Amino acid sequence: MPKTRPATLPEFRILSTTAILGYGFPETSFRRGLKKRPHLIAADAGSTDPGPHYLGSGHSFTSREAVKRELRLMIKAGVENRIPVVVGTAGGSGARPHVEWCAEIVREIAREEKLHFRVGFAYADVDKKTVLEAIARHRIQPFPFGPELTAKTVKETGDIVAQMGVEPFIKLLDRKVDVVIAGRSYDPAVFAALPISLGYDPGLAIHMGKVLECAAIAATPGSGSDCAFGTLKADSFILEALSPDRKFTPKSAAAHTLYEKSDPVHLPGPGGAIDLSGCSFTDIGRGRVEVRGSRFVPTEKYWIKLEGTRLAGYRAVSIAGVRDPIMIKGIDAILKAVQERVRTIRGKDAANGRMIFHVYGKNAVMEEIEPVKETKSHELGILMEAIGRTQEEADSILSLTRSTLLHYGYPGRIATAGNLAFPFSPSDVAMGKVFEFSIYHLMQIDDPAMFKTEVVRL
Amino acid sequence: MKTGKTRKKRNILEAANVIRSKNSGPFELTLDIMFKDRHYYDLFRKERVITPAKVARMYGIAKEDVLKVIYFEPSLAVKMTIRRRIPSGAPGDSDIYGAQQHAPLLNITF
Repeated sequence: MPKTRPATLPEFRILSTTAILGYGFPETSFRRGLKKRPHLIAADAGSTDPGPHYLGSGHSFTSREAVKRELRLMIKAGVENRIPVVVGTAGGSGARPHVEWCAEIVREIAREEKLHFRVGFAYADVDKKTVLEAIARHRIQPFPFGPELTAKTVKETGDIVAQMGVEPFIKLLDRKVDVVIAGRSYDPAVFAALPISLGYDPGLAIHMGKVLECAAIAATPGSGSDCAFGTLKADSFILEALSPDRKFTPKSAAAHTLYEKSDPVHLPGPGGAIDLSGCSFTDIGRGRVEVRGSRFVPTEKYWIKLEGTRLAGYRAVSIAGVRDPIMIKGIDAILKAVQERVRTIRGKDAANGRMIFHVYGKNAVMEEIEPVKETKSHELGILMEAIGRTQEEADSILSLTRSTLLHYGYPGRIATAGNLAFPFSPSDVAMGKVFEFSIYHLMQIDDPAMFKTEVVRL
Repeated sequence: MKTGKTRKKRNILEAANVIRSKNSGPFELTLDIMFKDRHYYDLFRKERVITPAKVARMYGIAKEDVLKVIYFEPSLAVKMTIRRRIPSGAPGDSDIYGAQQHAPLLNITF
């Protein structure tokens, strides 16, 4: 049973609405959360999980309509009940275009609901000069399996963002804003900043934020589209779900720290790491779990994570099926020969661009690390992926490869009318720009609150 | 039943109820096995059923490409982290979230 808490720190309650703003939540869960009188309503709005495209293109991977619906509920309830609303990694990737996209939605809501409030914006963008200087001063570190960062890479990269810690949030909340919309943020920071500024233990606050940033994913049954509630105390925190069909269990809460992390015990973030080696998870009844023992261990220097992407080319794709058993048997040699033939046709142009076959039914999911070498499928799906320096080049590589494969006379062929079943006309799709992560590194900084902030009255 | 040495090998599904893969950043793939109960967790740990060398073998990758194998008691789990074949989302990637790379683990016996 929990110890009596010191009178100086009453409990601090947080309503987390959804795993990623735009993933949705039932309004009933949200209302149930509000009844528990939270001191903070918060949501993480982003991730690098959907890949490099979104940071590169400046687009959101969530739907505008969904984000607006959720922000409307959160901001209305927050402003009317004087509860701060904090959103991190706005727009999915948290660079300036994403924050502006989210800011526009917030302005629309204020107008439509006739609400007046103060919004604080925190921008996560880091200029290239700062990164180049950091390289020169040996203040950049790669991640395992990641390349060293070079000045050339920085120049090729588009928007560079850094995952901000709690400091910029605290700076804005100190200025009595009602709503915070921040760029790329360390996921737990949106939840942990306010309680840390009030004197709560950072280890517990960040660990609780780590669970709440995925909302009800850490409950059982888990869901990224349902709310979760956290209560932070002086020496523990309590997690509970907000719909009757879910609960937190010690196992579900503990298992969450495994998710998407390479080390479940030592979780690094801006300025330090949380150490969960002495952590306990206790069932305290009614679907609630109490967590103790999470510790924040600051690092000697303050490190933040940088993210950036560069253009890797343009893509065009085509999908086709193969049902002929003779062709299926010889598929590897056939695709190789087709690659070769296309290369010959393209002549000196063949040095540019590339063609990648993903053969579904054989090894398209795991490719060369697929341990099953013998294909038993009676049909294969071939996804042809062409990459070029321009869209025209990608389109042309695809078109040439597609037609060559369609009519290729492989050894033993008896179906001489065509080798591919195309589901669509047109068969080829231009996919546009392809981005790749070029920067995913740690950078040492002197001032954790270096991020640009501004306060706007709506 | 014979003695331990000649006992028929059992499949991992008898011992685990969650087996999954996911990105941990754009360069790493992290694999989790969560055991049904403490008995299996202890057994796997004690008998070193899962080692970096074995993970490398299962995935046909170099031993240097296995970052770590960590047991985590609070969730009765073992976590293995390996190098992604291609950084997430770069040309030629086949699984942006890394969510379907766990199947080789289903062949583990103990």
